[in-house]
Formats: sequence, structure tokens, C-alpha cells
Amino acid sequence: MSTDTSSTDFYADPSETTEGKVFTVTGQDWSEIGAGLGEGDAAERVVVNMGPQHPSTHGVLRLILEIEGETVTEARCGIGYLHTGIEKNMEYRTWTQGVTFCTRMDYLSPFFNEMTYVLGVERLLDIEDDIPEKAQVMRVLLMELNRISSHLVCIATGGMEIGALTVMTIGFRERELVLDLFELITGLRMNHAFIRPGGVAQDMPPGALDQIRDFVALMKKRLPEYAALCNANPIFKARLENVGHLDIEGCMALGLTGPVLRSTGYGFDLRKAQPYCGYETYDFDVQTWDTADSYGRFRVRLNEMWESLRIIEQAADRLAKLEGAPVMVADKKVAWPSQLSIGSDGMGNSLDHIRHIMGESMEALIHHFKLVTEGFRVPAGQAYVPIESPRGELGAHVVSDGGTRPFRAHFRDPSFNNLQAMGVMSEGGQIADVIVAIASIDPVMGGVDR
Amino acid sequence: MSDEKPAEKQAEKPAEKQGPEKAVEQAATDQSPENASEALGEPGLEIRAVGERHGMFGVKGSGDTSGYGGLVAPVVLPGAAQRPYGGWFDAVADKLDPLIEQVVIHRGEITFHVHRDNLVAVMKLLRDDAALRFEFLSGVSGVHYPGDAGRELHAVYHLASYTWNRRIRVETSAPDGDPHIPSLVPVYPAADWHERETWDMYGIQFDGHPALTRILMPDDWPGHPQRKDYPLGGIPVEYKGATVPPPDQRRSYN
Repeated sequence: MSTDTSSTDFYADPSETTEGKVFTVTGQDWSEIGAGLGEGDAAERVVVNMGPQHPSTHGVLRLILEIEGETVTEARCGIGYLHTGIEKNMEYRTWTQGVTFCTRMDYLSPFFNEMTYVLGVERLLDIEDDIPEKAQVMRVLLMELNRISSHLVCIATGGMEIGALTVMTIGFRERELVLDLFELITGLRMNHAFIRPGGVAQDMPPGALDQIRDFVALMKKRLPEYAALCNANPIFKARLENVGHLDIEGCMALGLTGPVLRSTGYGFDLRKAQPYCGYETYDFDVQTWDTADSYGRFRVRLNEMWESLRIIEQAADRLAKLEGAPVMVADKKVAWPSQLSIGSDGMGNSLDHIRHIMGESMEALIHHFKLVTEGFRVPAGQAYVPIESPRGELGAHVVSDGGTRPFRAHFRDPSFNNLQAMGVMSEGGQIADVIVAIASIDPVMGGVDR
Repeated sequence: MSDEKPAEKQAEKPAEKQGPEKAVEQAATDQSPENASEALGEPGLEIRAVGERHGMFGVKGSGDTSGYGGLVAPVVLPGAAQRPYGGWFDAVADKLDPLIEQVVIHRGEITFHVHRDNLVAVMKLLRDDAALRFEFLSGVSGVHYPGDAGRELHAVYHLASYTWNRRIRVETSAPDGDPHIPSLVPVYPAADWHERETWDMYGIQFDGHPALTRILMPDDWPGHPQRKDYPLGGIPVEYKGATVPPPDQRRSYN
């Protein structure tokens, strides 16, 4: 314990450790800390822990910064604060229940987590070509809506962290509209578990298409507001331009994908390069920028929302023609046996289905029971079907040993990988630019730590 | 009754799959565990069982009166593929041929099994050869096969070539007793955190990694949680007088 401090706060007292003197900064005690540092090495080299609980670190991310004045000389991440063992837990549930777990990983893009896992399972089941068209169109529709809501949060929180509070409030205003659509279609605002092996859980509810069209029309009015607020705003540009620079060589070496890669001018998008769910049949463009900095990533995201709107319009048109079409694979050994419906006591199994299994067919009851409790078996093997999530390449490595539960499900989350670039992007810059660089990566800690 | 029909249709469908550029797929019989050894029948081809499944129920000692608890079945993953592999698979395999142990093609995805001694050489070749150009390593995924004697710990790498728009999987393994695999950080810097995660979760030591420390679990955590011999944990939950056991102790199917 140091004796030359007048502080009475027990926790704020500096202490000696093997790594050097440790100060707990609680605010308003900077002069004491400055004096406590003394002369020599300690005064030159200061290591600051930023987070894990910090309003600007996108959840529980801990940044370990070595600083010299305001300049960051070395930056590292500490992660794992949100590790929940989802991958381990999935090994103890059926293949269908796995969706319920992985939807919770990257909580801003739940449909993408579900989708990549389900695509892997479907590949192992060899039913990729049997998925009904309507299910595929609904998946695309939900994913693109999700891309908009995720990009909105990225832009909103990124704006908030540099003091652009209006960007935050309007970003969350629009995101709320997307979540309303999710609630209408899946019943939940997040953690949907809606995309299932074989199709989707439920058909479109009546009136959903009209609401989606209204949303698209509204977004076309509101998206220009972001451009008007930010694109040429001198303060916004001064904070973002040439900050968090990472060129294409750096992106490839560190495995960065998504908007960060596209901001270098390289238009790689898995929806175009290796299409899934019928993306090759939609008309849209890959958005790029050529500045390889935070500003470019902001513009890429803004433009991608416009492209997503285009895809949503096309998907809505297709859904209008697919009224009453099936949304689950025809194979009854895989398809979930019942559909949901609203009863007098809320949502549950449809009464027709209950009548069928309880009153009409013993075999149907056995089938329902077996499929719901035991689940289906997936042939042994492994699959990896990556998709383009709002943050880049998201893929699930799904391994089956021929059983009713995943032998192993590993998620290659783009946030986890992209966060590795934090050091390269922020070393040599100012502390304030660290925040901007991280916001431009758009990490979601639920996906990083899983 | 009508519920059961479409399964038949499923089985009759020709097992042809679209790989990237239409790869030749092995017939479905070659892939199903029961038939693997007969179907492949070629001398010199080793079919390895990576485990055994006992009974139908995942949990032991829960009063099984059905008799199904006595079932024993081997767990066999898809076996080695035969030339020609089809499409660009052959071209990639030709380049790697002396360095690989086995090629598996399943559901249109190609896996190269590589001995850990050759791993770095294979990866360098994959990255640098102008005809291969797998510039992108998406990550490392560990898998623990406790029944695969001598090669319990697998490290699975997914690579992509943006130049050629191709995807492959490279798999290597290490025994439980000697969990060492060379690090790929010098070849693909992106492997850094992924290898730390695999060390954290499986205890695979990536030799040559600049700082192989735990990344998701606390620094002082004992054990490696994703290994199959590491319990899931959990406590029984009481609800309205009944007790629900933790997930790994519930009666379930396997």
C-alpha cells in the first residue's frame, strides 16, 4: 500500500503487484495518480484496462491498452466474459433443439446463426434440394430484414460512441420496426428459433406481407436521413476518415470478411460467390468502398441496407404468389409434425393436429412422440456451409456420428475472428480512435464468446 | 399410417449432389455406417470406427426394460474416396498427393486428412501455389473422438480460395497422450485466436503459437470443457414437486 496518497477510498488505493503498480481509477483522482506514478519507467509506460464494463466497448469486451500520453502503443483484447458454453450444450439436445441454442449466440443476427447451422444439418441429411421454395424465400426475407436491423444497431451504437446521439435514436427507432415484423412473423423479437432443419417453423401470418411492404416504403423515406445526417457531416467524417485503416492484405491475412473486407474495394460477398437459399435468383449488387477505413465501412453498411430492401421487395413479391405453399420439407421423418395455431389459451399445437393424434390415429401419435422426444438421426459426417452474416463469414462446422444429437457444432463467428484486427487498427492512434475502430468492426460479444 | 410414406421416396432418390462444379459423389451406401466396410471392399482401404454407440438411451442405469439398451453399433464416418474425385477436386489432390493421408468426399465437400508432421507444409502449399491459392483460413474447429484410438483429438481447418471460389477442409489429429499440433499462425495469422480457443476447449497444444493462452475460459480454469470426458454440469431443478435432472443426466436417445 502506498502511503503518499490522501485518498480514503480503500479500493482506489494503489497497490504493488508483480506487474507493477496498479491504480483503480474511479474518477476525479487523476492528479493523485499522476503524482503516484512518480518518475522513470512507470511514468513512461501506462497500461490501461478499458472495460469489460464500459459503455463504448460493445458489451463485455475488455481492452488492454498500453498508452503514452493519448497515443496507444499496444492494444489487446480480453474476451470470454460472455462465454456460455452454447456449443457444448448443443451436444446434449436434439438436432432441432440446437436451433434454440445457436440463435442466442450473435444476438443481433439470430436468423443467420440459425441459418448456417440448419444449412449444415440439411446438407448432412441430404435434403438440400427438397426444401420447399416458400421456406427458402421466407428465410431470405427474414435474413435481409435481420441484416437491416443489425446494420442499424451498428450505425446507431457507433454514432452514439462518438457523440452523435441523433444517429443512435433514429437507428433504434427503425430497428424497432424490424423487430415488430419479426414478432409478427415468428412470435419473438429475438431468439426466434424459427428456421428449422427442413424449412421454417411456421407459415406467414395473414397481413404480414402488407406490413412488410409498408415497412419498405417507410424505410425508403428514412434511410436518406442517415445519409443526410452523416455522409458529409464534417465532424462525423473527421472522426471516421482514415481511422481503423486495414487494407486488403491485412484483411486476408487476418481472415476479415464482411463490410471490413468490402471497404477495401474488394467485392466479396458469399451471397454472390457461393449462393445459398436461392440468392442467385435475386437481383442485388455487392456494395464496396475504396477507403479501407471506418468511414468506408459505415458507407458500405448504409448502402447494404438499400440492397437488402431490394431483396425484401423481391421476396415479398414471390411470397404473394406462394400463398398456402408448404414451408416444411415433405419428408415426415424430418419435418416437425405439427403447426402452431392460436387457441383460447394462447399459441400452441393446432387443435386439428391434437384431434388427429389423440382421437384418430395411434400411429400419428407414436410418430409425433418419437420425433419430438427422440428427434431424427443425421447420417455420420461433417459439413460446413458458411453464409454472409452482417459481420462477414459465419459458418457452422456440424459433425454427426449418426445419432440424434450433434456430435459437435462449432461456430466460426465473424466477430470473433474480426476482433483480432483490433490491435492492427488502433495501435499508433489516439485512445478515442480505438472506439471508432472497434465500432467499425461491429463485434457482438454474444457471438465472440458463444 | 400415412405419416410414414415419404421416407421411401427419400431413399430411392439418386444420391447425386451438386458439389462446387459437380463433384462425383460416392453412392449413398458407401456413406452409411452399416454398409461402409462392405461397400468399399477395396483391399488396403482402412475403415476406422471412431467410436461405439451403446444402447439407444444416452443415460445409463435408468431402469431400461426394453432390451434396446444392450445394442452396440460402431460409429463410422464416411470412408476414403476413390479416384477420380471429379471436378477440381482432382487438380487440388494432385498437388497435395504425397503429403496427404486420405481424401474423403461427402455431400460435395472434400476433406484432406493430413498427418500433423505435414500440416504446415500442406498449408503453405495451399496458400502459395498459384493453382491452389487458398488465401483464406476461416478458422480451427476441434473435435474430440474418444473412441478413435491414437487420434482422439482432431483439428479441422476450413479454407477458401477467393481466386478460384473453392472450399476445402483439412483435418489433422493428435493422440490424447501427446496433444501437439504445429501452429499455423506463421502461415495464416488469422489462426491466432482460433488456436487459442481450440487449446482452451480441447487442450491441443499448438507448437509455435506466439502466446497460447486460454481465451474464453478464465486463466485458472481446470480442464478443457469441450472434451467428451468433461461433464456438462448442471443441477437438478425442482418444479411443482417434480425434479428435472440436468441435461446430461436425463433419459435421452443417442
